[in-house]
Amino acid sequence: MILDLKTKVDKLGVEDRVSRITKRSLKSEAKLQGLKMILSMIDLTTLEGMDTNKSVEQLCYKATHLHQEFPDLPNVAAVCVYPNMVKTASNFLKDSKVKVASVATAFPSGNSSLEVKIQETKEAIFNGAEEIDMVISRGKFHSGEYNYVFDEIATIKETCGDKARLKVILETGELGDYDHIRLASEISIKAGADFIKTSTGKIKPAATLPITLVMLEAIKDHYYNTGKMVGMKPAGGISNSKLALQYLIMVKETLGNLWLDKHWFRFGASSLANDVLMQILKQKTGVYQSNNYFSKD
Amino acid sequence: MSKRIKVLKTYKIFIDGKFPRTESGRYTQLKKDNLTIANVCLSSRKDIRNAVLSARNVFESWSSKSAYNRSQILYRIAEMMEGNKNQFIEELILQGEDSNKAILEINQSIDRIIYFAGWPDKINPIFGSVNPVASSHFNFTILEPMGVVGIVAPEENSLLGLISSIIPVILSGNTCVTIVSEKLPLCAISLAEVISNSDVPNGVVNIITGSKDELAPHLAQHMDVNALGINIDNKELKNQMFFQASNNLKRVVDVSKQKIEDSSFESPYIVKKFMEAKTIWHPIEKDFNSTNNY
Repeated sequence: MILDLKTKVDKLGVEDRVSRITKRSLKSEAKLQGLKMILSMIDLTTLEGMDTNKSVEQLCYKATHLHQEFPDLPNVAAVCVYPNMVKTASNFLKDSKVKVASVATAFPSGNSSLEVKIQETKEAIFNGAEEIDMVISRGKFHSGEYNYVFDEIATIKETCGDKARLKVILETGELGDYDHIRLASEISIKAGADFIKTSTGKIKPAATLPITLVMLEAIKDHYYNTGKMVGMKPAGGISNSKLALQYLIMVKETLGNLWLDKHWFRFGASSLANDVLMQILKQKTGVYQSNNYFSKD
Repeated sequence: MSKRIKVLKTYKIFIDGKFPRTESGRYTQLKKDNLTIANVCLSSRKDIRNAVLSARNVFESWSSKSAYNRSQILYRIAEMMEGNKNQFIEELILQGEDSNKAILEINQSIDRIIYFAGWPDKINPIFGSVNPVASSHFNFTILEPMGVVGIVAPEENSLLGLISSIIPVILSGNTCVTIVSEKLPLCAISLAEVISNSDVPNGVVNIITGSKDELAPHLAQHMDVNALGINIDNKELKNQMFFQASNNLKRVVDVSKQKIEDSSFESPYIVKKFMEAKTIWHPIEKDFNSTNNY
């Protein structure tokens, strides 16, 4: 693996560009289209120690019945759960187009042996996971053992084979500055990630616009160099539509229309879907909505 | 000594404990004898939206404070106003009231807060009840706050009217978004400053200036507003609000017939109008030997 350790991220440039992106104004028709697109890109997520079979089933039910008053609305892209809940979710979703994603590799810390991680990944796939969200070993990364991080991702990718798409979580909140994030993005992409993902959602700060922009730039450079597309998934902390629309604008302006598809761009979020529904209803009725009329899960 | 340059106050709006300018950036000039006395924010529907959001966020913590604590906090508003009397008097005079009337109005306003500040922990003891039922249940009724209340304050009596609209609503644990007098908005913003200095949590009271015709309908339609307390002379607007409030079955309390200046306004019944009764059937073992028949 050849890594470019010399190029530094232009911090001020990134933040300046983000601040301009957040000031774009959207006409209401474009906004409505954007909102629908966001809805179709959501990985509806529940990653709590207190998850039960029933609560996961409830989430799957929600994923397939987002809002019965508007049957023309798209479904969310996937439901994201812990490995032990994959069976429950995939049983529930087997007749729907909603995919089952599972976190794996000792999520969220990633502090476990490679054998355990491989085993966990295999199990999740065997139980029906179509997407695997793995975490990188941040400790190894900080010790400079980039090859270890690379090999681990490559091994998990091999385990996934063509049965599941691999999303690699960098956990940017633990990586430090933009240079590290850029480096981790490159390692993940070169090791074969189908998606790179910002955060587990367990650490603050989670996804932010500047961090996502740095990762999008890494994807763009890889695309220009090799012609291969890699997906992006910001996760954690994106709970309102306005922010999500800003992400979409950033993707469109950085990577172009090709990435404006749930195959290449996802939001990892639990409460975003409700806010998007509320905004869509607001656009359609002209009346501000209330959380009380939308099921929590 | 050289003449001092006048220091004029910027009147902004009050949302979530902060004093932002209106999101729309619009202003209107308040004039008296062709002289501009203030620039007043012409707020927009997005200011209403932000205010409702903050009122909703703080509702749970405000309504779950002990009633006695709410009482203390309301009393604190009165204390702070007492110290700021002169500012209110100046503003009332600036808005065209004569000085005697202005002094009367501020005193009456403070007294009114003190009156209502005594009520939070007495509402339920008086209006709640234990109800006689035939089955073996302990059956009782308590009053609860309704949630976010949209208030349209009266045009006249800019200070007393505003206080009489807000205090009875928030004392039971409601939070509010208030559209204030269009012609006489100055005291409202000074009241906001007093409130922000007096232990009232951010977002419990939100104060918005601007055109009632434009803003009130958005309050009436908003699905996250649970009740309305309106004091409007304009019949057409009032009817429109009643109609729009029906989309989520808001309770609309029409306060316009109440005499704000009169001491008869000081009654707990106005508080009760912004509360919801909850009746609980608690199963118990019927003790037939007892003479106590709930």
